[in-house]
Amino acid sequence: MSEARTVQSGAEPILLAPTGLGGSIRRVKALVRRYIYLLRSSGVRLVELIYWPFLQMLTWGFLQKYLAGTTNPLAQAAGVLIGSILLWDILFRSNIGFATTFIEEMWSRNLGNLLTSPLRPYELIIALSVWSVIRLSVSMIPVATAAYFIFGFNLLDLGLPLVAFFAVLVLTSWSLGLISAGVILRYGLGAEELAWSLAFLLLPLCCVYYPASVLPSWLQVVALALPPTHVFEGMRSILLHNTFDPTELGWALSLNAVYLLVGYIVFSRFLASARVNGTLLKLGE
Amino acid sequence: MDERVDGFGKQTGAELAGDSAAEAIVPVAVRDLTKVYGPVTPVDHISFKLEQGTTVALLGGNGAGKTTTIAMLLGLVMPSSGEVRVFGADVSRNRGAVAHRLNFQSPYVDLPARLTVRQNLSVYAGLYGIANTPERIAYIAEDLQIEPLLDRETGKLSAGQKTRVGLAKALLNAPELLLLDEPTASLDPDTADWIRRKLKDYARSRGATLLLASHNMTEVERLADRVILLDAGRIIEDETPKALIATFGRKTLEEVFLDVVRGHARRKAP
Repeated sequence: MSEARTVQSGAEPILLAPTGLGGSIRRVKALVRRYIYLLRSSGVRLVELIYWPFLQMLTWGFLQKYLAGTTNPLAQAAGVLIGSILLWDILFRSNIGFATTFIEEMWSRNLGNLLTSPLRPYELIIALSVWSVIRLSVSMIPVATAAYFIFGFNLLDLGLPLVAFFAVLVLTSWSLGLISAGVILRYGLGAEELAWSLAFLLLPLCCVYYPASVLPSWLQVVALALPPTHVFEGMRSILLHNTFDPTELGWALSLNAVYLLVGYIVFSRFLASARVNGTLLKLGE
Repeated sequence: MDERVDGFGKQTGAELAGDSAAEAIVPVAVRDLTKVYGPVTPVDHISFKLEQGTTVALLGGNGAGKTTTIAMLLGLVMPSSGEVRVFGADVSRNRGAVAHRLNFQSPYVDLPARLTVRQNLSVYAGLYGIANTPERIAYIAEDLQIEPLLDRETGKLSAGQKTRVGLAKALLNAPELLLLDEPTASLDPDTADWIRRKLKDYARSRGATLLLASHNMTEVERLADRVILLDAGRIIEDETPKALIATFGRKTLEEVFLDVVRGHARRKAP
């Protein structure tokens, strides 16, 4: 088609129906494309995605190697520390991916454009969730591969449960991301710190590096109410005892359903509250 | 398979809105609209309608309620009381039913700075459900003379270029209702004049309805068929620019504006 004809054929937009599943998928795809463009626009961003998890993996990997030379039988169990850090990074990076991508819309003062377009709030959430998984893959696949080549730790040795572990951790990260995004919507970028720190609240409670049994009994109840605890307990059970209890994962997934619902309600309430309080007009300030 | 609707999607929007046919043909119907933030009432029981194909200016000093009114029309701000209907749909509850039929431009929002202009327009074409994206972007780019900017990062453009790109985003879906908040703010007179001409051409050729909030009297006199004068959140006049000048017994709209913001009582024309 000649350039002149191309231009002329754009005189009228051909508008597709905004309703239905097709409309939602189109809008989610458009938004995910926006995030891909953003990542492609900066090599520094791409390097940063891999940089921190890679450093973490190296640090804990060398510690693991050192401890393996001692007489401590737990430390000698192959890959527990590296496995812990890789799984923790799945939770942390996915959460950061969700929350900071949302914050990015506020930094760039684009949220007003998005929220006045046909994009529905739940489509924004789906786009952020899809993007967090893409971003996580970009970040974690090279790091997990490096862990194999440097320390001989193969994350895939966890077998099929790894898929379930991954799902539980990502679902938890979305719940946390929804809460952070809701609070930032309502209270503005002043609450941005929450996005970075919320996941760390779970670090001592979800027993990343130690079994739940070392916690005081009352704190064990809290720990077991958190889905990631079941993942880290499950990982240790596979790597140390070669056993896996699927009911643990059933619990974790059920808890996730509750947390996701809570996250969605918090986000929706804060969005409604931002509309009432007029804070959407002041975003980016 | 995707269902296509005509360029303006009139029937589709009205059907989606699920409201009366009579209301559906009125682009904007505002009834007794009020917004209260604690002790402040930026919008105080205002009512107006915008007829199809008209260009209406919201005029008033800082804090008169222009931006809040537009934000309520867009569904960004929830009214404290009253009702906003856009193409028959109550936008505070059912914005999604009509969002594809309108668009807006404001200096208070930006397009993502790191993306190129083409990437930004392509993302918004996806959000607005435009099937012929490359052709539409090419057409809009030629029309608004932004072709040389298409592959440049949006954040590296000058204020005037950004305004034209923002306008391109606002016109992508050929909206039936275009909401503009200070469309020529911080532009040099030449660029501002060019933008006004484009807006006028757009409204005339499409039969589109335009609502603009502005401090610029030249802009309002040139573009608006009707002026809604706001003061402290209330409508104090709703006239054509000529009638308003006559009502206040002034020579220009700027003099009328100064009378209003300085709290002078309007003069009765002899």
